[in-house]
Amino acid sequence: MAEGVISTATKIAKEEGLDEVKEVVVKIGELQQVEHDVLNFALEQLRTPIMKDAKFVLETIPAKLKCRVCDEEWDFSPEELSEEVSEAIHFVPEVAHVYMKCPGCGSPDFEVVEGRGVLLASIKGVKKDE
Amino acid sequence: MSDPRLEIIGKRLEKVGRIVAVSSGKGGVGKSVVASALALALRDRGHRVGLFDLDFTSPATHVILGVGDLFPKEEHGIIPPLAHGLRYMSITYYALDKPAPLRGSDVSDAIIEILAITRWEELDYLVVDMPPGIGDATLDVLRLVEGISFLVVTTPSRVAFETVKKLLTLLKELGIPTIGVVENMVMESSSPIREQVEQLGQNYLGTVRLDPGLEGALGDVNKLMGTAFAKAVTEITSEVERRLQSETTNL
Repeated sequence: MAEGVISTATKIAKEEGLDEVKEVVVKIGELQQVEHDVLNFALEQLRTPIMKDAKFVLETIPAKLKCRVCDEEWDFSPEELSEEVSEAIHFVPEVAHVYMKCPGCGSPDFEVVEGRGVLLASIKGVKKDE
Repeated sequence: MSDPRLEIIGKRLEKVGRIVAVSSGKGGVGKSVVASALALALRDRGHRVGLFDLDFTSPATHVILGVGDLFPKEEHGIIPPLAHGLRYMSITYYALDKPAPLRGSDVSDAIIEILAITRWEELDYLVVDMPPGIGDATLDVLRLVEGISFLVVTTPSRVAFETVKKLLTLLKELGIPTIGVVENMVMESSSPIREQVEQLGQNYLGTVRLDPGLEGALGDVNKLMGTAFAKAVTEITSEVERRLQSETTNL
């Protein structure tokens, strides 16, 4: 995941003509249960020269779920899941539909309204010639 | 907002030589068994082979191969374990034997996720067992996986071939290489499919006769590879290799 963040940030920095990246904001969907420390450590390891002084800002987005059958809305509660199920959802968040059901009607046909995966929200940087 | 997964899919597949998508117009034509036997036949010819079951809502290759209790190792992503000498990846590691009722957008997300996290080692061939038809999964594979070639499975049935024609037309329009068409579950001695395939300008790769012994061999790869079905697929595999090699030489 960190590799994807660094590659994408580097690509955007090049496209935008940035000489130095100062800040990378990553939004982490709660459903994927990515630990900030682990992602931060991986990002530090993969830091490229263009982002040598960049600050990595990690924000968790709570996972909100909504049933497509009965419109019930609820929050994801990872503490209710077993370790195996948590791990499965961590790797492939869509398997939430295998293990979780709408608390209103019991349907697995729900939507992850927000808080699914990891997104690169923004990067800030400077152009030396400006 | 950018999806960081899309940037690394190409990198995850960079050590893979040829990617062969085994596809069909509709379900029930024996695509997963052909994909499994193709992967095993390539393995038997001394190649390093991966098999990726991309049919997330109806995975079947784990049953065909009898993979047992395997689980991928986590190491900067996940590394598909070896199943009978094949690097094997399937959603069943995570969904187990439970139903995975996924809508198209979820299928897309799951495909992107698995492509982004799976670290394929050096492989000569990666065989992909595709879901049938030209829906989300097929469109995602066409969008995300570079350098893929299609092998299309049909049966002699007009119903199956009618849907195969649509798949072939789509692939042709998009400029996606098609290795050819395999005619599976053949019962009669003559079939009009070969002629119709050739009329479409496609390669007819071979005939696989309906094999009553196949069902009893599922789950045991040694038995499977001893069936008349697998022998026919093995012959077709030589043709597939020959065509892929000549395609590479012509590039």
